[in-house]
Amino acid sequence: MQVNENFEPVIVAFCCNWCSYAGADLSGTNRLNYPTNVKIIRVPCSCRVNPIFILRAFQRGADGVIICGCHPGDCHYTSGNYFTRRRITLLYSMLDFLGIERNRTRLEWVSAAEGAKFAAVMNQFTEDVRKLGPNRRLEDLRCRKQ
Amino acid sequence: MQEAMIKRAKELLADGTVNRVMGWKKGEFVYDTTPAVFETAEELEKEFVCNDFTQANLSKYLIKESRKEGKILAFLKPCDTYSFNQLLKEHRIIRENVYVIGIPGGPKLDMEKIKAKGISGILDVKNENFTLKIETLYGTETMPFYEAVSGKCADCKSKKHVVYDELIGEDGDVLASRRFDMVEKLENMTSQERYDFWRGELSKCIRCNACRNVCPACTCENCVFDNPKSGIDQKAAADSFEENMFHIIRAFHVAGRCTDCGECSRVCPQNIPLHLLNRKFIKDINSLYGEYQAGADTTSKCPLTDYDTDDCEPSIVHERGVE
Ligand code: SF4
Ligand code: SF4
Ligand code: SF4
Ligand code: FES
Repeated sequence: MQVNENFEPVIVAFCCNWCSYAGADLSGTNRLNYPTNVKIIRVPCSCRVNPIFILRAFQRGADGVIICGCHPGDCHYTSGNYFTRRRITLLYSMLDFLGIERNRTRLEWVSAAEGAKFAAVMNQFTEDVRKLGPNRRLEDLRCRKQ
Repeated sequence: MQEAMIKRAKELLADGTVNRVMGWKKGEFVYDTTPAVFETAEELEKEFVCNDFTQANLSKYLIKESRKEGKILAFLKPCDTYSFNQLLKEHRIIRENVYVIGIPGGPKLDMEKIKAKGISGILDVKNENFTLKIETLYGTETMPFYEAVSGKCADCKSKKHVVYDELIGEDGDVLASRRFDMVEKLENMTSQERYDFWRGELSKCIRCNACRNVCPACTCENCVFDNPKSGIDQKAAADSFEENMFHIIRAFHVAGRCTDCGECSRVCPQNIPLHLLNRKFIKDINSLYGEYQAGADTTSKCPLTDYDTDDCEPSIVHERGVE
């Protein structure tokens, strides 16, 4: 595939309120850089992320979707992220089965103390998606910007 | 078989065990069979049918039927008993109001496969020692029985009845089926090939919703696809995205609950291999979270409402090597 160096992917990051969103905040107060491509959507818990949210994000123009939650064992609601882990594993596997590029989706555990990890994860994911180019396989033509 | 079923149904009606019978009703042709409820011995005599074409799974109808006055008799094939059990587990059927008679399953026949041989004007189909004798307007034709076996029966997973009050005929065993072969074949393709395969299939969808309506796992009173705010309710897809969305979401909603009864693929007027989506989930669940057969019992936990602290990470999907 041809790589367009100027391509700026849109990344949607679903971050749970208690860990990852606070982690994002910490990376900001520590003045660590993460790409402006990342649009954060705050959710009460990673398990709030319904598969429809992920598909909608792709429909409305996301080139990559990442879910961030508390580390397993640390979920504010005790077990939410364990359910997330199963569901999202199966969903990502299904997207892969349908031929959607597997690197457009990701899940990472980021705690409130891991500002640096948050920035590193977002930098890495943005680069991975940039390499893939724009989302064409799971886009809605009616929502394409150009 | 049909005679024994009618006889037993009449006895149960007569002694008051049940006041209705759920079975299949004759249509104009031998292959037209429709799920129906019978209330009298005369109706049973005249219209009840059980033949090589009675494929329809009756368990979903029992959600509504079991809420009516009195007990209903239902004839269930082995695969249908899995759906019935799963519905019991989900508290959708009132067990006391259903009298289940387990009957042997298929292999049942798919009329389309007979027609695909160029045979038309079909009046009657008889199975004589695994050769089909087909009476048509233009004379008698023959074809091997196995070439007309329906897709869902060809991939039969079990001849065992997992729930019943009594049986007509013998109970069978769980089979070692090859139902995951095609899923595996797709898994071994490249991402682009899989994408092209599914585009070719899913773009045929006319969103008739038949797959959802027939599915015994799709029993929500308010389905997401009926929500006018969803933007995808009751309409043909306006974009390839909507085709993908419908199928991903429906398959996901039934993941861990789908018994692989085969009804969705059977009713699809566009012959979309929907079972491959469900089987992909079943295969993944089996390999990642341990063997699980929905409907095999009513007590085990559904893998998606359960977890293990040592479960694998979703990165397992990304580690599958180059695309
Ligand atoms: S039955 Fe077939 S055509 Fe109808 S909505 Fe389902 S997949 Fe689409
Ligand atoms: S998804 Fe298809 S195979 Fe699974 S329970 Fe529903 S109708 Fe049966
Ligand atoms: S598609 Fe989902 S919401 Fe609709 S009936 Fe099936 S399981 Fe329920
Ligand atoms: S609250 Fe963070 S994953 Fe549940």
